[in-house]
Amino acid sequence: MVPVLIGTTLLIYLAVFALPGDPIRTLGGDKPMPPAVYQALRHHYHLDEPLIVQYGQYLWGLLHGDFGETLNGQPVSDVMKTDWAVTARLAVTAWIFELVVGIGLGVWAGRRKGGVVDTLVLSGTTLVIAIPVFVLAYSAQLLFGLKLGWFPTAGTDDGWPYSYLLPGIVLGSASLAYIARLTRTSLVENFRADYVRTAVAKGLSRRRVLVRHTLRNSLVPVITYLGVDLGSLMAGTIVIEGIFNLPGIGGQIFTAIQIKDGPTVVGIATLLVLVYLFANLVVDILYGVLDPRIRYE
Amino acid sequence: MSPLLEVEDLHVEFRSRGSAVNAVNGLSYTLHEGETLAILGESGSGKSVSAQAVMGILDTPPAYVTKGSVRYRGTELLGLPERRRRAYRGANIAMIFQDALSALNPVHRVGDQIAEMLIVHRKMSRRDARARAVELMDRVRIPSAASRINDFPHQFSGGMRQRVMIAMALALEPDVLIADEPTTALDVTVQAQIMKLLSDLQDEMAMGLILITHDLGVVADVADRIALMYAGRVVEEADVEDLYARPAHPYAEGLLASVPRIDVRGRELTPIKGAPPNLAAIPSGCPFHPRCPRARDRCSREVPGLRLLRAGEGSPDRSGARSGALSPESHRSACHYAEEVSGGR
Repeated sequence: MVPVLIGTTLLIYLAVFALPGDPIRTLGGDKPMPPAVYQALRHHYHLDEPLIVQYGQYLWGLLHGDFGETLNGQPVSDVMKTDWAVTARLAVTAWIFELVVGIGLGVWAGRRKGGVVDTLVLSGTTLVIAIPVFVLAYSAQLLFGLKLGWFPTAGTDDGWPYSYLLPGIVLGSASLAYIARLTRTSLVENFRADYVRTAVAKGLSRRRVLVRHTLRNSLVPVITYLGVDLGSLMAGTIVIEGIFNLPGIGGQIFTAIQIKDGPTVVGIATLLVLVYLFANLVVDILYGVLDPRIRYE
Repeated sequence: MSPLLEVEDLHVEFRSRGSAVNAVNGLSYTLHEGETLAILGESGSGKSVSAQAVMGILDTPPAYVTKGSVRYRGTELLGLPERRRRAYRGANIAMIFQDALSALNPVHRVGDQIAEMLIVHRKMSRRDARARAVELMDRVRIPSAASRINDFPHQFSGGMRQRVMIAMALALEPDVLIADEPTTALDVTVQAQIMKLLSDLQDEMAMGLILITHDLGVVADVADRIALMYAGRVVEEADVEDLYARPAHPYAEGLLASVPRIDVRGRELTPIKGAPPNLAAIPSGCPFHPRCPRARDRCSREVPGLRLLRAGEGSPDRSGARSGALSPESHRSACHYAEEVSGGR
């Protein structure tokens, strides 16, 4: 985990600072900046030192929980705190939605391979995967937000979960389709397993065979996908936050890249990496819970 | 009194996209109390499929029971609604499978898998059921059973896993145990132990045992009677010693001739010529005729029925007791020229 963290932060750091243009000059806008002020600012942000030293200082700060300072002079951690909550709520809403509905649909379809439900789920999920997310977002906004008035169209005025439902569903829809298909395929495959035949031979009910003997074995690949996806959802919020006008990390990182605000970009990206790594760790632990054969001694 | 298990004219068909494969074509046999019936046959002869049909655990689709009857103590099982059929499974007729590693659920503790039988069928509490599971594991001679109850199947050796399977199958003290190649996946020494265990338990519990195998050696040791299957039907049915001594079907004759003998050195093995029939296009007449050294014109035209050659006089069974009243020690063969075959010895 540690090498991955160092590697990714270094990569993001280098990428941001390799961007053309001078952040200090951008900060000054159109007005000319006195050389003394310019030098002072460069020194304040350590921009006059070699890149590797800058990175070292950044990493050292990170270890002490210091994400640095934006070019506006605000601590990055403060900026993130407010926006982070919005993005986290959005991502978690999407995640819960795809977990519950995705696995539910997958089980429903997988119970009878080739049946009506199976065919409907397969074609429906293909459709969802094929539609670009922004088309889905605008359509949902128009239909459920404006025409039907079921959900607020934009903003966070109604708080969690109501304001986050529609954007969450749109954000999670593509992953939901994958999860439904993954669950369905895994279930169909496991139904053919010998131990399922044993369970039937034990005289257990159909339901017990499904829930106790088939589903748990089928969920290993689904859990893997869900874990990785929590990270991807966080990163995937940029478009959705824009469309639904949610003041989250996605909007923040977008602006930060435009004004070459290095510390903010790296800070947010680092946090995303951390979430991603943490989600993977949880998945690894869950493997052992689901399947004792992959338990770590 | 009706026999323990009667299978009559059982037909099983695998259907896929308009074509059908006839896996079982009119299988009949009878199992009496305390009897060990070996169902012997090569791969694809329909032995496992017919056992699954008797248990009611065929995968439908693609497999369908198209005809026939399976009676447990006189009660017809085929056509029973699933709920009622389920009550017989495990409780009256239990089954153990070839590969215990894949047949046991990898994610549940063995104790729980055994206890599940008692919890579901007998509505026992989890605590009592697990205590009973330890007794059962003791009974199948798993060393220090109490400490192994929380282990997972992958933590057991092959032989111990098969013992767990057996403990699970015997949890409800069924009258009929179907063992589908129980020792095929095991080492020879472990095979012998498992067969010994099965036959001991059978004596203790007075079960009827159906032993599905392709191993002539295993059969000779433990079985009372043999039903020899070919192309989805029984071609010969007899007492073990009788069948080994006086086979009445050319297929049985061929099988016995192909067994390597320790007392005859330097002899080439005598295989049965040809390959097992394609079940989608079973030969006309006697299905064995293309491979049969005794085949004549009639064999490719007329399907021979399973007919009685000799009625039994009640020879001693494996346990030494005379069981003539229970088991009709008859000899049946499905060959037009059965007398000629068995007379040739």
